[in-house]
Amino acid sequence: MAIHPPETKIWWKEPVHSIEIWWVLIALVWSLIMFVMMPYWHVYGEQNLSNEAYRVDPEYFGEKVEDMVKKYTIREEGDTGIPVVAPPVGSDVFLLARLWEWYPILELKKGEKYRLHLSSMDWMHGFSLQPTNINLSIHPGYDFVVTITPTESGKFSIICNEYCGIGHHTMAGRMYVTDK
Amino acid sequence: MSILSKSRICPETGLFFDDQAEKLIKWNAVTGVVFLLVGGAFGVLMALTRWTEVHILPADWFYLLLTAHGLDALIVWIIFFEMAVLYLASSTLLKVRLAAPKWAWLGYWLMLIGAVITNVMVLEGDSSVMFTSYPPMKAHPLFYLGIIIFAVGALIGTFCFFGTLVLAKEQKTYEGSLPLVTFGALTAAIIAVFTIASGAIILVPTLLWSLGYIAHIDPLMYKTIWWAMGHSSQQINVSAHVSIWYLIAAIIFGAKPLSEKVSRMAFLFYIFFLQLASAHHLLVEPGLSSEWKIFNTSYAMYLAVLGSMIHGLTVPGSIEAAQRKKGFNKGLFEWLRRAPWGNPVFSGMFMSLVMFGFLGGITGVIMGTEQINIIMHNTLYVPGHFHATVVAGTTLTFMAISYFLVPVLFRRELWLPGLAKWQPYIYGLGVAGISVFMMAAGTLGVSRRHWDNNFADATLGFDYPAAAHMFLALNGLSGLLAGLGGASFCIIMVGTILWGKKKGDVAATEPAPAPEPAVHQAGSAGSIAVPGTFVLALIFLGSFILYYYVNWKYLSEVWLLS
Repeated sequence: MAIHPPETKIWWKEPVHSIEIWWVLIALVWSLIMFVMMPYWHVYGEQNLSNEAYRVDPEYFGEKVEDMVKKYTIREEGDTGIPVVAPPVGSDVFLLARLWEWYPILELKKGEKYRLHLSSMDWMHGFSLQPTNINLSIHPGYDFVVTITPTESGKFSIICNEYCGIGHHTMAGRMYVTDK
Repeated sequence: MSILSKSRICPETGLFFDDQAEKLIKWNAVTGVVFLLVGGAFGVLMALTRWTEVHILPADWFYLLLTAHGLDALIVWIIFFEMAVLYLASSTLLKVRLAAPKWAWLGYWLMLIGAVITNVMVLEGDSSVMFTSYPPMKAHPLFYLGIIIFAVGALIGTFCFFGTLVLAKEQKTYEGSLPLVTFGALTAAIIAVFTIASGAIILVPTLLWSLGYIAHIDPLMYKTIWWAMGHSSQQINVSAHVSIWYLIAAIIFGAKPLSEKVSRMAFLFYIFFLQLASAHHLLVEPGLSSEWKIFNTSYAMYLAVLGSMIHGLTVPGSIEAAQRKKGFNKGLFEWLRRAPWGNPVFSGMFMSLVMFGFLGGITGVIMGTEQINIIMHNTLYVPGHFHATVVAGTTLTFMAISYFLVPVLFRRELWLPGLAKWQPYIYGLGVAGISVFMMAAGTLGVSRRHWDNNFADATLGFDYPAAAHMFLALNGLSGLLAGLGGASFCIIMVGTILWGKKKGDVAATEPAPAPEPAVHQAGSAGSIAVPGTFVLALIFLGSFILYYYVNWKYLSEVWLLS
């Protein structure tokens, strides 16, 4: 029994039943298939995170965001005073997270590529684009660069899904995607 | 080493109990159950707050109690019970006195003091940082100090376990190799040392940072090392509860492992690869390369998953072999139909096995796939998954073995045996519901650790689909059911200790005859075939493959990322 020492002292030389051998082999093959799926998707899939990230000073990142806002603001969102920014296609786009907002509101074009830079001004935050359901971790001091191509148009929300204190549940931003 | 120590042989089970080991097993297990009661009650409040229409707690209390729930239910209850398991698997199974019992008591008290300090800090309200406590968010220094003291206590207990193994070898209390259950416990203990070392590496500097002696803790470094503790501590649980599955198969059915070689190899895979899982929490992080993520998240080509899939065959397989030996040979599944479903030791264990595999294992591997994590990270899918592994897997297994251990240790009959018969089903169904409905809501994007799923106070509001709110309501109902099952367990255990009918005096020194082992050799080639288990394993594999590719399909539908 499993609560007694093995009855045969040289237990590692005992033969194994074919059912066990088959299962180990099947499970091993499945494990290897799952392992190969990840590099495979890097080559053939279209949803992969870049390995591009930089250390960044939060103040410097904030300035980059302000530059973009000054240049490309097209309107304000209702009476909230939050700028809606439509940066050029293919450009470097900046989005910052801070207690407790996403800033600014971006307006992107469907089917176009953007280099999205994400960073936090203070604590950790979680970028959760809904209802598309793309989720990324945002750290202070790290500029996370993701090349993103919206495949649908409409109004999207950015929820914070990394707990960031008592106002965490009020931290929701917005993103617009327009048809070309 | 000729220190005389008192011991007894249990007249019903023939198990050996060293006096000190027995006391420590009792105290650790009972203390664990107290924290389970506290942590579990907070858990029910979480489920009720997430239920949109009920929304029972205010925001500050939600985050405060969520921190306490994680600490007490995931760490304190489980580690206390694991100390009991380690002492049982060493002293009792090897029939040797416990090494350094005074140190083991010191470990116990340190764990208790640490757990109480951290709990007080959280309940005072200035350490609502979640149990992950990611900087730069700061908790009270005593919050970190409490965890460190708790971990030191656990480390001392772990070394008493190692010492007891050495003592047994020295005194030749057993011949040949360790029993499989003890080997599994050894696996858990080795992983525990790695886990606690990782915890010390990150929490000691964090404590100094909270006191102002260190200026900066890098959040990415913290997260990487913290999860080497956080995730590995869950691997201690896996090793411990798989060992208990083998233990329960042995005591209920007299089952022998199909082959010692295969089962031990599976545990060895755990020792080699299970600790790489810190990466599961870092798949959508900046600054870590895809190569690093792929190698680590897959436990080096899924070899630890292979280990679990092996146990998934060999545990039920050993039961099938034992049952067939007894003559339950009709068809594929008579052995399973005729199992003692009314015995909570068995029913709890078997449900745990099924739910750990189907709900916890499959979803864990899928969520831990580098790219698929993009559509799941930090959604409710995550707690949905780990409630299947930790609650349905570990907690339910620990409950099942308690139905065996508590009457044996306290020499009393089970209180309310009728309720005990139903408890694993009530609790199991509740936990299955919690797990499935949280994962369903997570698939729709609902965030974890989030107080308001209506975004009522947000400047820019947002609405989840109506189905998400329905899943959250079902999660609330499941939480109530699990709460009922958990409370029943605590009532039965406390009742047994206080009011259970006393068994006869401990006079017998002759062990009761051990049940006849099903198979006599250590290999399985000559043993009975286990076709029923093989069919179950293939059903498992089919579900796994199907759901795995369903999630790749989901991923392929989101925006393009590169």
